[in-house]
Amino acid sequence: MTTVTEQPNARTSSSSGGPGDRPTVSGGSGRGSGGGAAWLRRAPLLPALLFTIVMTQLPFLATLVISFMHYQAYAPDSHGFAGFSNFKAVFQSADLRSSALTTVYLTVTVVLVSLVLGMGIALLLNRSFFGRGIVRTMIITPFLVVPVAAALFFKHGIFNPSSGLINGVISWVWGLFGDTTPPAPDWLSQFPLLSVELQLIWQWTPFMTLILLAGLQSRSHDVLEAAAVDGAGPWRTFASITLPHMRQYLELAGLLGSIYVVQNFDSVFTITSGSLGTANLPYTVYTTVFNAQDYGLASAQGVIVVIASIGIATLALRTVFSLFQPEGAR
Amino acid sequence: MTTTDPATTNDAPVTRPTATRRPRRRPRGSAITGLAAWAVGFTFVLPVLWMALTSLHTEADAGAGRPQVFASLTFANYSDFFSGGGADPWPPIINSATAAILSTLLVLVLAVPAAYALSVKPIEKWTDVMFFFLSTKMLPMVAGLLPVYLIAQKTGLLDNITFLILIYTAMNLPIAVWMMRSFLAEIPPALFEAAEIDGAGLVTILRKIVVPLSAPGMAATALICFIFSWNELLFAKSLTGTVAGTAPVFLTSFVTSQGLFLAQVSAAAIVVSLPVLIAGFAAQDKLVQGLSLGAVK
Repeated sequence: MTTVTEQPNARTSSSSGGPGDRPTVSGGSGRGSGGGAAWLRRAPLLPALLFTIVMTQLPFLATLVISFMHYQAYAPDSHGFAGFSNFKAVFQSADLRSSALTTVYLTVTVVLVSLVLGMGIALLLNRSFFGRGIVRTMIITPFLVVPVAAALFFKHGIFNPSSGLINGVISWVWGLFGDTTPPAPDWLSQFPLLSVELQLIWQWTPFMTLILLAGLQSRSHDVLEAAAVDGAGPWRTFASITLPHMRQYLELAGLLGSIYVVQNFDSVFTITSGSLGTANLPYTVYTTVFNAQDYGLASAQGVIVVIASIGIATLALRTVFSLFQPEGAR
Repeated sequence: MTTTDPATTNDAPVTRPTATRRPRRRPRGSAITGLAAWAVGFTFVLPVLWMALTSLHTEADAGAGRPQVFASLTFANYSDFFSGGGADPWPPIINSATAAILSTLLVLVLAVPAAYALSVKPIEKWTDVMFFFLSTKMLPMVAGLLPVYLIAQKTGLLDNITFLILIYTAMNLPIAVWMMRSFLAEIPPALFEAAEIDGAGLVTILRKIVVPLSAPGMAATALICFIFSWNELLFAKSLTGTVAGTAPVFLTSFVTSQGLFLAQVSAAAIVVSLPVLIAGFAAQDKLVQGLSLGAVK
């Protein structure tokens, strides 16, 4: 909902005409009614631009302002300037520190594991085998289940100690060996964070796979052929050609994945309701707004989430930009 | 490990076609590649298959502990879901459809002209505008939650689907601008020049050239915006109540339920996911473009 102020594309405006292949219309340099013509060109853009500015920039400004105010829903008349006290409260609260740590831990684990799995699956899918299209569709499917629905089913149908699939399969396998007392761990209370992570890894691996597969398929065929002619084996080709080429796709998948997973609310809300150390920052902001109803504090949390995300966002924008350059220059 | 010699898989035709865009040949995989891929694919789809199968079982079979793969099938959970004693699922489903479809239409109405101004006749500093749009998707939506909630409260739009439509439009507009720009950039510029010489105005160009020629791209963009809107939970949960609650909000009522109800939950999850599954399979080829915010084709 908010924007980063630092944009990595400052260099384009100075380069001649930017990466576009069509001439840019200069502002007021047209003949006669040049200014009017330039505005006529801009006119189709303006509704979308204005709408986006109003809907995404103003709420963030409001969050910034409220974060410096005493503002509780229970005491609507006692608004006032609070200085940094909301921010101080955020940093002094052990709950909030732990939710920040949980967010980092959850995001890093889910993104790294999904990236590694995604890379492996993309390499498999890039080869031809019987039923490749069907397997690709099977891999995408987790991403096409409504996230709440998926989280809900994982909670009750996969992790549940008595009716869940995991313990069901354990009990079936143990039963094959005549063991009537199989272990039945209560996943959600014994491994709450792992349970959330498993569901998210399942959901996000397809995303990584799709981006990385697109990257693999954009490798130059001539270079691959040249490598084969020069006698490069599969491992050498992977290390010297595929990996360097894939770097920006891995970065993009990892950064975009991080942006989405940092924001995750659905899984934490559904699977554990933020209990047992699984509350991440979005969940905490949500409960501060609607349970504690401390709006000043919630805004300070929001501002901190944004500041923490600016680093990821800047890197992500830079990566998108580097992918965007060759496309525009074609 | 495999018996296939890598050299034999590369016996390319001696005379290569000179065209730069010849059809790609994929490296041929061995039987082990195929088996591994099928095993991985099955693992990923298994929870969804299990959810579908469980939704067709009785509660007793669904909660039996050991997986009852071959238990008898029944549609009772679906008929219970729609006309059982529980809350009526139709209002939330209709709310979700309304929010997703109307916000998608609004997104297209705003994004197509914007993409035109950013690709066909690019305005000054069009890349800056593109990256502004993208940057709005980069930071957590939750940071805007409180002001949006307060505005809805002050304007009496709490629990009103109209407000949710506006939020979803803002949420998806940047993706749509990026996607539509790349589709419009593929239309030959000569068409626009010819239309201009014939005296066609902006509206005519949009109606007669842009919309027909980018129809497949528009359809893919629309499907992806539809999916994101349909899936959204945080804002729907925060801004709606009993009147405008959407399908994901309806599903959260199952979060804390107890007792034998797994089959019921599965049926509900399948019903709510079905529109997204259909839209997603229809947009499969363009999915990566939407998910990467237009950065990857």
